[in-house]
Amino acid sequence: MENLIGLLVAVPLLGAALLLCGGRRLDGKGHYIGTVLAAASFVIGAVLFADMLGRGEHDRALHSKVFSWIPVGGFRADVAFQLDQLSMTFVLLITGVGTLIHIYSIGYMEHDERRRRFFGYLNLFLAAMLLLVLADNYLLLYVGWEGVGLASYLLIGFWQHKPSAATAAKKAFIVNRVGDVGLSIAIMLMFTTFGTFTFAPVLTNADHASEGKLTAIGLMLLLAACGKSAQVPLQSWLGDAMEGPTPVSALIHAATMVTAGVYLITRSGAIFNAAPDAQAAVVTVGAVTLLFGAIVGCAKDDIKKALAGSTMSQIGYMILAAGLGPIGYVFAIMHLVTHGFFKAGLFLGAGSVMHAMNDEVDMRKYGGLRKYMPVTFVTFGLGYLAIIGFPGLSGFWSKDKIIEAAFAKGGTEGWILGGAALLGAAITAYYMTRVMLLTFFGEKRWGTTPSPEEPSAEPAAESAGAHTEPHPHESPSSMTIPMIVLAVGSVFAGGLFSVNDAFLKWLEPVTGHSHGDSPLSAAAVTAGTMVVLAIGVALAWAQYGRRPVPRTAPRGSLLTRAARRDLLQDDFNHVALVKPGQYLTRGLVYVDHKLVDGVVNGTAASVGGLSGRLRKLQNGYARTYAVSMFGGTAVLIAATLLMRAV
Amino acid sequence: MSGGALAAAASTTSTGEALQFWVLGTVAVIGALCTILMRKAVHSALCLAGTMIILAVFYLANGAYFLGVVQIVVYTGAIMMLFLFVVMLVGVTAADSLKETLKGQRWLAALCGLGFGILLCAGIGNASLKTWNGLGQANSGGNVEGLAALVFTKYVFAFEITGALLITAAVGAMVLTHRERTERARTQREQSEARVRTGRNVPPLPAPGVYARHNAVDIPGLLPDGTPSDLTVNATLRGRGQIRDVSREALAELAALEQRSQRWLGRKGNGTGKPSGGAGEPGTSENGENGENGENAGSAPNPRGVAK
Amino acid sequence: MNPVNYLYLAALLFTIGAAGVVIRRNAIVLFMCVELMLNACNLAFVTFSRLHGNLDGQIIAFFTMVVAAAEVVVGLAIIVTIFRSRHSASVDDASLMKL
Repeated sequence: MENLIGLLVAVPLLGAALLLCGGRRLDGKGHYIGTVLAAASFVIGAVLFADMLGRGEHDRALHSKVFSWIPVGGFRADVAFQLDQLSMTFVLLITGVGTLIHIYSIGYMEHDERRRRFFGYLNLFLAAMLLLVLADNYLLLYVGWEGVGLASYLLIGFWQHKPSAATAAKKAFIVNRVGDVGLSIAIMLMFTTFGTFTFAPVLTNADHASEGKLTAIGLMLLLAACGKSAQVPLQSWLGDAMEGPTPVSALIHAATMVTAGVYLITRSGAIFNAAPDAQAAVVTVGAVTLLFGAIVGCAKDDIKKALAGSTMSQIGYMILAAGLGPIGYVFAIMHLVTHGFFKAGLFLGAGSVMHAMNDEVDMRKYGGLRKYMPVTFVTFGLGYLAIIGFPGLSGFWSKDKIIEAAFAKGGTEGWILGGAALLGAAITAYYMTRVMLLTFFGEKRWGTTPSPEEPSAEPAAESAGAHTEPHPHESPSSMTIPMIVLAVGSVFAGGLFSVNDAFLKWLEPVTGHSHGDSPLSAAAVTAGTMVVLAIGVALAWAQYGRRPVPRTAPRGSLLTRAARRDLLQDDFNHVALVKPGQYLTRGLVYVDHKLVDGVVNGTAASVGGLSGRLRKLQNGYARTYAVSMFGGTAVLIAATLLMRAV
Repeated sequence: MSGGALAAAASTTSTGEALQFWVLGTVAVIGALCTILMRKAVHSALCLAGTMIILAVFYLANGAYFLGVVQIVVYTGAIMMLFLFVVMLVGVTAADSLKETLKGQRWLAALCGLGFGILLCAGIGNASLKTWNGLGQANSGGNVEGLAALVFTKYVFAFEITGALLITAAVGAMVLTHRERTERARTQREQSEARVRTGRNVPPLPAPGVYARHNAVDIPGLLPDGTPSDLTVNATLRGRGQIRDVSREALAELAALEQRSQRWLGRKGNGTGKPSGGAGEPGTSENGENGENGENAGSAPNPRGVAK
Repeated sequence: MNPVNYLYLAALLFTIGAAGVVIRRNAIVLFMCVELMLNACNLAFVTFSRLHGNLDGQIIAFFTMVVAAAEVVVGLAIIVTIFRSRHSASVDDASLMKL
């Protein structure tokens, strides 16, 4: 069984190698190879899962060492895998959702001539992500961490002919790099503190280290998590990352990669448990991000960017839960899994809509699509109900628990966090209802605008742009089937997990769990959630359902305008980081020109001048050289005699 | 050869050897100095040969009988002849100018030479040998046999390598001096046909010499306007710069010299030669007259001898 | 007389030869000076042989002669080649190695 773990990573890696190195002869069947290998990986994961279920609760972790990677003195890094319940959860999520999205991509990318390469990148992503969650030490995790970063970069910039996509890819890569620095520093700190970076010894010895060091490690891990999971203050890349193909947004930027930060914090739970300051930072980041993302999501007219804001917000929930310590770890992961289902489903639905609407992303140009795309409407609607936490659906089970856990934190802190989580739930209900109403309800707002370039043109110009008029249609079955599967997951996963607290019992041996003493009863929290939910939905209905939606966005309030610009995050980065950086580099260039170059050029000039004079000795006459030899011999004799005399 | 060589350990040589050393040593140093100071390479070679012969005598005096003979046979006989051969090839009469052209070369050479010599002598003096072994024992079985025993045992490897070196040198010399003929040599007939075809130098080249009196090959013939013609002398002599100068100026100088000598001898210059008034601007006819009467165009080194 | 005097003579001849190499321009004379230096060395070797009472010095001198012969052959061949192409045996004319 242990050997299968390595295979789990190797299969998609083989796929990536085949597809990326195979060349054009695989163009015709590349997408099948990629999909079959992803599915094979899922099958292996399922076999391992079945095997794991067959063993006792505390006997489930598997360990498999493949080879010694860097054995240098006391520094040992192995390529070794650890498969416990936490990793298993991720493996099933990654391979399961990954396979569905592979299938979806067959249809979605049908007309792209670089489809083979796309599937190669997807397989590469799967391999790296599996490596990340299966690694038994932080260094190997770091390899996977960088691998998913690379895959994310390649896939965001997949349509590299678009400057916006290329820029977005670079932005994602660079912002992630800041987080990666945090992870590498954390690993170095771990090595100096514990002398190793394998999970087991680090986490069991975490109690013995000084709290200052643990806080430092925790903060660095948090920085890494912020970069990868798009949390404040490293959140700015996620919105732009929507430039990538929609399956990529669904798989990487909604379901799996962006949740790596949650995995990292949950996995390092022992460190955070022993460092309350770091935990406080984590919950702060989570709470701020969940509101930040939700507000951004309210203002965006681009369907994918609205969903990206939502993703940010939902991951904020997870980070918040993970920061709560043992009260929240399980719920963070549970929300992660359910979110993986419904958010992937929502993105696939958005992709399906875009597919039907000639890649139009502005929701103000949708409207009334429920009649044209029934399957998409139903699956998207189920995802919508799940994410807002409609009772009985997945999101209800997981999000409710997080809100409950936030209150259970206790004291003023608990009230603040709980309040923030509740407010987030209300905003979530608002913006998701808005998306739903703008896209599927109301009168159709497409087809009467001549072209996207002239959004304010009069309907009189209708005939001129007739050829660009979209004809909404249902997507092919390769796209609808994954959506249906994910919708089923969105509906039932949460409930399934909550039967008998199955998920809690499943994860508890790894993450541990404790019940906080909540000031509110579970019923009260649920009731409160329902109330804010209703308020959010009602608000959205009042604003977008009752009256016609203007085709061009109104100017809006100050907050709306700020939120449209991602709450000024890019402006902030520009002023706080880019400008000072530019001044610094300019200063350095000046120093380089004047000082460094001066020294270098001065040295060169003096050497040149000296050589110019010394060159005169080389006059080309053999006899001059003979004289110098003659004199040299005389000096040698003198030296010999002197040595003898001394 | 000397008494000292037979003794097992000696402190002084025989008086005869000392006398021989001082006399021949002086000659050797003079020969060496002449080698580097003579203007003509052939003289240098002869002086060097003399020095080498004296060195051969010293070899014999030092008990190196075989080397003494080899020195004469190989060095003086073969190598120096090789030198002379090359000197002939390059030009036996060409004399070098001893004027130094490189700035400071002389001074540096003198300084280095003095310093080097003094230091070397100081080193030898420093060794302070008072007694020596002599070759009596080593040469007891015969000098040649002794050398042969060493060459073919202890030094056999060096000996073989030296043989390889000699072969290489011989091949190298051949490669360096050999010129591959890339096409068939043209026959005389083809050459004359080519001349006719190009229309240049159709008749044979003009003969050297000035009129019938001076037909030596190193004297160029004169053209009607009195300028010497390069065509009339051999190209090799021309290349070596061994053509006698019969240009107008040189001839005028000769004429002036002849006139002065005749005046000095108390004779009338007018009787045989032209009046000296036109010495600065001699006409074409002057050559002819001088050639017939004064013979001053011919043997430049000795004008007075032929002038009557 | 002490045979060391032969060594002084050899040193003197060697210095004269070296000076000749330095001050003469004619490649052939230059070569002769090199030969003079080699001969001075040979004289020293022969004298050493006598002083030490063994024949090794003479052997070295013998080898020197052989090497000198080889050197002369190649050297003169080079001189002839240079003379053929440049019509000059002056070493100063062959000064193309400077800038």
